[in-house]
Amino acid sequence: MALEAAGVPTVAVHTHVFARLVRSVATANGMPTLRQAFVPQPVVGRTAPELRAYVEGTDPINNCSFIESMIGGLTRPLDGQDLAGLSYTRSTPRLLDADSEDNLHRLFTENRWTDFAPVVLPTEERVAAMLSGTSHAADEVVGRLRPTAYREFWEFTVEKVAVNAGHGRREPRVPARHPRDGRKRHFRSLELDDVSGDRRPRQRPIRDEIGMNYRIGAFGPHSHANVTIGRAYGLLSQNLQGGSVPQETYLGSQGNFLSYNATFAENEQASPWEPFHVQHGFKPEDSTVSLFLGGWVPVFGGGPRETWEEKFTRSLQACDPYTGPIIALDPLVARGFVDRGFTTKQQLIDWCVEHARLPAREYWDNQWIQTLHRPRALAGVEPYASMLKAAPDELIRMFRPEDIHVVVVGGETGAMWKMIGGGPRLTIVQIDRWR
Amino acid sequence: MHDPRGYPPEVIGKRLAARLENLDGKAIYLVDCLFDNSDLFVDQLRCWFGEHLPGTEVRVARPKESWVDDPELRARIEADGDAAILGVGL
Repeated sequence: MALEAAGVPTVAVHTHVFARLVRSVATANGMPTLRQAFVPQPVVGRTAPELRAYVEGTDPINNCSFIESMIGGLTRPLDGQDLAGLSYTRSTPRLLDADSEDNLHRLFTENRWTDFAPVVLPTEERVAAMLSGTSHAADEVVGRLRPTAYREFWEFTVEKVAVNAGHGRREPRVPARHPRDGRKRHFRSLELDDVSGDRRPRQRPIRDEIGMNYRIGAFGPHSHANVTIGRAYGLLSQNLQGGSVPQETYLGSQGNFLSYNATFAENEQASPWEPFHVQHGFKPEDSTVSLFLGGWVPVFGGGPRETWEEKFTRSLQACDPYTGPIIALDPLVARGFVDRGFTTKQQLIDWCVEHARLPAREYWDNQWIQTLHRPRALAGVEPYASMLKAAPDELIRMFRPEDIHVVVVGGETGAMWKMIGGGPRLTIVQIDRWR
Repeated sequence: MHDPRGYPPEVIGKRLAARLENLDGKAIYLVDCLFDNSDLFVDQLRCWFGEHLPGTEVRVARPKESWVDDPELRARIEADGDAAILGVGL
């Protein structure tokens, strides 16, 4: 679209399953008639002869030959709509028209403003109650969200966050103070840190103040606070950027069940190591929220037992190499590692970096590595450039130290651990300034 | 009752670039968007042009990274390209 705007006629080629999305993107950018040509899905894994057949075959969306679609896109004369583009404003009023409770629930469901489970409707009174938990003005702009990198940003205020945080709760009475940060899309795993030693009345650790669970069943549905924050985050991530509509703004082929509630706090009292937020430069007395991309399927294990190195190595290799894991250890496991000489989290991370290796051919065959890291390697960006030079069977490191995170969570009823793949830390936000 | 959606930006309509009468003698950039296997697809396109439209000069180009605008590449195409075909994106 930038090339078109600069006067260069352009055709964008897509696979047919993305037709609705790419047309929606063009419309949202004011160019609804952007010339697009389509080939069948998939391109990934197809051989040269198969792709040649795509080129010489039919455009399944435009119902003509692909070549006609492509050449015509560059040469077909412009009509009035091509010349005008499309200007429009979308109205998202602050308040909805009054209606019955049943009708409003139906409205929320039909517009996909929910996750299809019942919600607490955000009445003015309820939102005002939520806003009483922060010193910030309701109309303060918190940030901007967009579903993907090529779509338009939507803006949201403190009040809009409160609306979504409130209607995601499970019962009318909620903790007075919630983290109200929702600035980025696709952050699904969220961890709350604090320090347990600080017991000043006005600055209690946020996890205890709101009753977060970091002991038995911390990852499960056993805490009002964990579930409420996780659900609220899911709702605000879809609503504040205009919706999460399959085929239009959401194309995850399988989706992610961790989108519902992946919120936990660190069990710092029982951890032998320094808290996660302190590792990342915050003071022990700070309360913070750490946001991860999150969401790949966890690997599970127990120990550390005699063969822990083999198990850990296999588990790390099972993680997606594009995004390092969050390694969540029960305090029993963490202390077990201390007994084996790992006196800091960093030492365990360094061990993982050293032992998480794949043959180069397998590493570079990964779809996301191909798409995202290979271009960097070709551009000379290290360490990828050196990794690309490795012989096919050479074992290369999957992760950098900063790709792996260790947190301690659990109730000490079993020496259990999880590796949650896809967990680069994207940001840490201090909670206290939102009180 | 509050509307839970954020505030969308105003959309300003933009016109398309003037089209070419034909591709003969024109310089066309084939931009490999760096998706997995898109290089192979773009190469097949390049071959097709060579066989069917030999009077068209085809230049294969790649941005520095996936999903990220590459202003240098864009400037190059704007400076000496008559048209561009980008593929395969989402």
